[in-house]
Amino acid sequence: MEISLEKWQKMVKRKAARRRHVTLAKIMLATTVAVFFAVLFLMPTFLTITNSFMSQSEISANYGQVFQTTDTGGKVFISERVNLKFIPDIVSFSQYNTVLLRSPDYLVKFWNSVILVVPIVVFQLTLATLAAFGFTRYQGRIKELIFFFYIILMLMPYQVTLVPNFLVSDWLNLLDTRWAIWLPGIVSPFAVFLLTKYMRKIPIAYMEAAQIDGAGEWQLFMRIALPLCKGAIGSVAILVFIDYWNMVEQPLILISDSMYHPLSVFLSKIKEAEIGLAFAVATIYMVPPILVFLYGEDYLVEGITYQGGIKG
Amino acid sequence: MKIAKRKKSKNILKYQQKGKRFSIFCLLPSFSGVMLFFVIPFIVVIYYSMIDNPINHEFVFFENFISVFNNEAFRLAASNTLKFSGIAVPLAVSLALLLAMMLNSKIPFRSHFRTFFLSPMMVPIASVVLIWQVLFHYNGLANDMLGVFGVHKIDWFKSDYAQIVVVILFLWKNLGYNMILFMAALSSIPKEILEVAEMESAKPWQIFWYIKIRYLSATILFVTIMSLINSFKVFREIFLLTGARPFSSVYMLQHYMNNMFERLDYQRLSAAAIMMSLAMVFIIGIMFLTENYFGRDVEG
Repeated sequence: MEISLEKWQKMVKRKAARRRHVTLAKIMLATTVAVFFAVLFLMPTFLTITNSFMSQSEISANYGQVFQTTDTGGKVFISERVNLKFIPDIVSFSQYNTVLLRSPDYLVKFWNSVILVVPIVVFQLTLATLAAFGFTRYQGRIKELIFFFYIILMLMPYQVTLVPNFLVSDWLNLLDTRWAIWLPGIVSPFAVFLLTKYMRKIPIAYMEAAQIDGAGEWQLFMRIALPLCKGAIGSVAILVFIDYWNMVEQPLILISDSMYHPLSVFLSKIKEAEIGLAFAVATIYMVPPILVFLYGEDYLVEGITYQGGIKG
Repeated sequence: MKIAKRKKSKNILKYQQKGKRFSIFCLLPSFSGVMLFFVIPFIVVIYYSMIDNPINHEFVFFENFISVFNNEAFRLAASNTLKFSGIAVPLAVSLALLLAMMLNSKIPFRSHFRTFFLSPMMVPIASVVLIWQVLFHYNGLANDMLGVFGVHKIDWFKSDYAQIVVVILFLWKNLGYNMILFMAALSSIPKEILEVAEMESAKPWQIFWYIKIRYLSATILFVTIMSLINSFKVFREIFLLTGARPFSSVYMLQHYMNNMFERLDYQRLSAAAIMMSLAMVFIIGIMFLTENYFGRDVEG
């Protein structure tokens, strides 16, 4: 069959037009789905924030029954509607006013969270950068074995690692003090793993060149490894921070005195009487990680990407 | 001449020795911490799991394991955990892949969508459980919306449906993380191969199935394992939602271990921890083996 050039050109054009049409339809469909998911993903956070601007009476009128408690401690329900409000009737700062100015209890818990998490992030990263350097220089069979062991340890769920942690804290009389959470957090292998992976990607030629110029090992660490790993250290710091800011299990088991509990544990115990403040407290609690996120989203993404392919 | 050479190599040797010593010195703080807080106590955990009680110290070998294994509560917890992981992990993997592919297509505002999908990862669970409790309350929005379709009201937290609530919370929290991993993997597929396939008029499903999935296999495996591990951590969500004593359908292994902590039953606690760690080692072993196997034919 012979096709004239004209006919053929027409066919190609038509095909291209159809393809454009299809891709346009596809993009529109994908965008709709993306918007749908985005709404679902953002809604809980958004609602928590908007609800924190309700006055306390509005909260208890709408949600009072959700958090009502009986004598047995269980939550009960009454056959009334729960009015989920997207936007408060009247924007009020009364919740914040109470939380920030009148009941310092919550600020103390917030401070507990900070004081538990910050030292862990700082010192875990300090130990980890050193260890990563150790794992990178002069690799050998024994070091490889230890590194492999770190990976397994990192992947273990809390259920397993909490038992040994509990025993050691018991032996060292650390239970019910912050040290019981600080120390295991500081020596946790997670940051070591990620930083080692990153540091091993630094071309060995850099180190060798510096060595020829007379740099000692300590200088290699301070002047080459550290500066080149700055970004990675940032990523890992963010990941470690989220992980520990979110912690619930460790304080629950290692610290029985609720005085030292972080805000995350405290939020789960909010009762009817305090429900008027709960949303403001919840919002305050998510401010630090959200700030970190807005500032360092790209670092975070890079950190996650590095985690992919555990062996690589 | 010869002597000078020997002296030089001796110097290098000395230099290397020094470097090696320094690198070991760097490892020491972290390593000793790991030994002290994880390894040595874990050996003691193994010991505890095999004695009858902390006063008698009599060896009973596997008796504790058997008694844990025959325990009603442990079985319930194990089967609930398995059931939860069985539902949540496939969803977490497939939905994340869907999201990643959506973001890798040419939709507008891609970076904004990425931020939106990733944001739950940053929001502490403790902050949003309040909203969750409101949404899934007996008279809450979820039931109202189901009511439109004529579905009877569900008591979400005190029925078998509690697992669904937890699955949704789990997905909400974890999809963004998985999505990022998939996005990185998708963008590392060589463009030429996709172009060639398109020129050879391969259909989209063929491109997806024969090319993309092959290149993604290692990532799919990794995401599956990470989701599985994260699904074991779901105790946190359940604890925050329903407290220390949840409805039986969401009674997980960690709840069981928590009870053992409260009762100071070290023997059973240790036995349960060891069983769990063995299961984990098994899973991780599979991960490494399959990654070796799959990684070979695409990475060349």
